[in-house]
Amino acid sequence: MPAEQTRFLDVVDPGALATVQDLGRVGLAHLGVPRSGALDEPAHRLANRLVGNPEDRATVEVTLSGATFRLDRAATVAVTGAWCPVHTGPGPGSGSGTGSGTGSGRRALPWGTAVTLTAGAVLELGPAEGGLRCHLAVAGGVAVPPVLGSRSTDLLSGLGPAPLRAGDRLPLGSVQGAPRSVEATAATRPAHELRILLGPRADWFDPLAVAGLHGSSYAVSSDSNRVGLRLEGPALRRRVRRELPSEGIVLGAVQVPPNGQPVVLLADHPTTGGYPVVGVVASADLPGCAQLRPGDRVTLLLA
Amino acid sequence: MGRLNVPPLTALRVGESALLVECGSAGRVQAVYDAARGLLDDGRARDVVPAATTVLLDGVAEPAALAEAVATWSLPEATGPTGELVELVVTYDGPDLDDVARAWDCSREDVATVHAGIEHVVAFCGFAPGFAYCRGLPEQLSVPRLPSPRSRVPAGSLAVADSWTAVYPTDSPGGWRLIGTAAVGTVGRLWDPGADPPALLVPGTRVRFRAG
Repeated sequence: MPAEQTRFLDVVDPGALATVQDLGRVGLAHLGVPRSGALDEPAHRLANRLVGNPEDRATVEVTLSGATFRLDRAATVAVTGAWCPVHTGPGPGSGSGTGSGTGSGRRALPWGTAVTLTAGAVLELGPAEGGLRCHLAVAGGVAVPPVLGSRSTDLLSGLGPAPLRAGDRLPLGSVQGAPRSVEATAATRPAHELRILLGPRADWFDPLAVAGLHGSSYAVSSDSNRVGLRLEGPALRRRVRRELPSEGIVLGAVQVPPNGQPVVLLADHPTTGGYPVVGVVASADLPGCAQLRPGDRVTLLLA
Repeated sequence: MGRLNVPPLTALRVGESALLVECGSAGRVQAVYDAARGLLDDGRARDVVPAATTVLLDGVAEPAALAEAVATWSLPEATGPTGELVELVVTYDGPDLDDVARAWDCSREDVATVHAGIEHVVAFCGFAPGFAYCRGLPEQLSVPRLPSPRSRVPAGSLAVADSWTAVYPTDSPGGWRLIGTAAVGTVGRLWDPGADPPALLVPGTRVRFRAG
C-alpha cells in the first residue's frame, strides 16, 4: 500500500494552449535537444515558492485565453506571470446555470497568492490581461514522467507531454513545504523595450542597418510561439551574401532569415541554425518577451 | 607550448554568457569540441555545441576570461576521428536516388557503392534530437537540397544534402535528398529518450553504411 494516494489536477478546458513546464532540458544541446522550459522563468519559480515547492517542480503554462482545472483533492495553488482573473467554484453540473455565477458558489480568488482549495473545487484562470502567459503551480508540482530530466513540453521536437487536452489527469507530486503567502508578487510586464547585445554575426549585416536597430519599433507577429518571437518592421539588410554554415544558437538570439525580419529565439528554439544572429536579447528582458502579445510593439535598444 | 602553423582560435561573444569559437576547419571543430568538453566537468560551461565550423560554449560563468583562455589554446586539427564505429544497415532505395545518380553522373548502384564505401563521421547534431550531420562525402559529390522541403520524411530515411549525410531519427519535415532506408530496428536505436546517451550518433562517432 502506498503511504499516500496520488492526487490529480484534472484539465477541464486547456484554453488556447496550456503546457507543462519546468526549468527545461539543459546540457543536451550537442545531441540536438532544445532546452525548452518555462518562458517566463521568474514567474514559474515564484509560483512554486508561493505554494511551498522547490523551484524546479513542474507548473502549467497557460496561454492568453485562460484555462479551467479541477482538483480531485484539497490542494494549495498559486497563479503568477501575466495577471488574470482567478475564480473557483464547486464544479461543473452543480449550479453553474444562468447569470454571472454569483449564488452558485463561484467566487473570485486572489492572483499571485497561495490559496488552498477543497477537494473537487474547480479553478478557472480567466484571459490574461496585460500579458500573454500565466503559470499555475500546485503544491507538490505536476508529476508527469520526466523525459531526459525534464517534464517540459517542447513544441519544436515533441519531447515531453503533449499540450494539455480536456480530460487529461495530471498526477501531482508529494507536498514538500508549507505555502508562503507573504511574498510580494507582481505580474510580469511585457517587454516594450528589448536590449540587444550585438554579435556574433552583426558584421554580416549592413552597418547602417545595424546602427539603425537602436530605437527601431517592431510589431509582434501573430506567428510567434514558444520557438520564437517574430518581429515585423524595418528589414535588416545583409552585407555578406554567402550562406552561413549551421552554428549553435543561444536563448534570446536574434536570428535574421532572408526576409530581414528578426526572430527572437525562445525556449523551444532549435539547437543549431543557418541564419546569422545579429545579437542576443539581454537575459533580464526575456521574461518580458514571454508576455508580448501579437500586435504589441517593441523598441529595440543596442546595449 | 605553441605550435607553428596553427592559427589562433577566435571566440566571439554571444550575449551575456556564451562564446562562439570559430574553428576554420572541420578537423579543428572536432579538436576544439574534445578540448572544450573539459569545461563541462568543472562547471565553466553548461553546454558545448559543435557545428559545421564553430563550437558554441553556452552557460559560461566568466565569458571574458574564457574568451582570452580560448585564444591561447593550441589545437591543431584532429589527426583523425577516434570515436566509436557504428555500422548501419541500409537499403539504397530512396525516392531521390535517381536524382543523386544523375548529379553524380553514375548509376543507382554506383551511388550505393560510393556512399557505402566512405567512412562518415558525426560532425554535429541539430535540426531535431538525435539528427546527426555526418561528414564524409567529398565536396565534388555535393547535392543541393530539394527546392521545397517535403512536409513529412519518415523516420529511418537515409538522406544527403550538400556533402552531409543523415538518417532521420524521427518523422519530420525535411528538404534533404532521400537515397535509402535504414534497416528495421535502426530507428529505435538512433533516438531513444530512455537511453544514456539518448542519441546513437553523437559528435565524433564514425559511421559506416552497409547495403543490406
